[in-house]
Amino acid sequence: RKTTTDPYPDLWISHMKLLTHNLLMCNNKGCNMNNYPLHIRPVQVERKEKQFNEAFMRHMLGKLEWSAIVSASKALNFVVPEEIPAEQDEPFLRTLHQVINELDVVSGALVCSNCNREYPIENGIPNMLLSEEEV
Amino acid sequence: SCHKMSRPEHQAPPEIFYNEEESSKYASNTRIIKIQTDMSERAIELLTLPEGPLMLLDIGCGSGLSGEVLTEQGYTWVGMDISEHMLKAASDRQVEGDMVLKDMGQGLPFRAGVFDGAISISALQWLCNADKSSHNPRKRVLHFFQSLYQCLARGAKAVFQWYPENPAQMELVTSAAMRCGFSGGLLVDYPNSTKAKKYFLVLFSGHASGFTMPKAMGVDDGSDDDDNGGEGSSSGHVAYSSERSRDKHHHHKGKGKRKSVKNKDWILQKKEQMREKGKKVRQDSKYTARTRGPRF
Repeated sequence: RKTTTDPYPDLWISHMKLLTHNLLMCNNKGCNMNNYPLHIRPVQVERKEKQFNEAFMRHMLGKLEWSAIVSASKALNFVVPEEIPAEQDEPFLRTLHQVINELDVVSGALVCSNCNREYPIENGIPNMLLSEEEV
Repeated sequence: SCHKMSRPEHQAPPEIFYNEEESSKYASNTRIIKIQTDMSERAIELLTLPEGPLMLLDIGCGSGLSGEVLTEQGYTWVGMDISEHMLKAASDRQVEGDMVLKDMGQGLPFRAGVFDGAISISALQWLCNADKSSHNPRKRVLHFFQSLYQCLARGAKAVFQWYPENPAQMELVTSAAMRCGFSGGLLVDYPNSTKAKKYFLVLFSGHASGFTMPKAMGVDDGSDDDDNGGEGSSSGHVAYSSERSRDKHHHHKGKGKRKSVKNKDWILQKKEQMREKGKKVRQDSKYTARTRGPRF
């Protein structure tokens, strides 16, 4: 498990940010409880600087499931406050920005805690395809 | 044109049709890029999004052409597609949005209320065909719209540019969307032009009273043309509502045909068209198109 700055920025790989992870759930057949958040099993993680947009961060803060941010950050060896602080000042939002926008999970897997279904992440793209039996 | 090309959905399932060769067309063909970009811009316009930074979903994001338009307009987006090759092409373009490999007919794997809107360019018609023996298109369409309704924030819209094959598909899609709680309908830009005609499914997830369909392009408000094969009124819309309208005072004969305005010019034009087709048509006289008295 390693976090690096992308040495080959021209290589075609996509990216799964923790922002996206925060939205994803398992929709395997019959899996409708405890199907979120998906557990991240990272293999390769990269760090890419992205432009900070305070208005966007405030907008997303209203949508984020904070406990999932905490557990996802832990999986990537990052620390965030266990709870959203009472005052969401710019330093806090900048840290949040680093965590949800600048960390790319390039390979690994997302695992459902309920049904144990694994969704592989390859070249930054989570494969959420279900088999015909799982629909 | 008299040459009928086979529809892509009739050739292969999308994950096979959009192979490496087909996907590379989307990356390099300037005509395709222009068309997809224009349709994306129109779809975003139809979303009538509020000001500010928003989180959008691109359904059937393919090679990322529509995603690039979203990024250009300042939106953050997550894309979804069934074709690995198309997603690779999008990765090559280094699009900003994260992307997920997923079959939309299996439902959207996103938790409730997270998206401020959704667009989809040239994808929905794929959902209307059965690509596997286990597929039941109607079930898949319902599952899709149900999950879309869930993951959209309340009051958010979804706009789909698509290529309906026939009225049955239009009905399948619109009725399923309505069943899942959406209001809205089919908007047809340039309804009178075979070449320019474009279909957009415009859906709204809020309360029906808070929504009016946007105006279609290429439609003259004063036009009386109702030779549209029943697809839309002269406004370019086929409006659907989850409310049942009880039309107590107009008893439609036959299959509930839309009441049309058949004035004298229309009748004369129709008669001339029939003559050109070689049909037997009564000669025009002073009685032609005269308003008849009440029926007994």
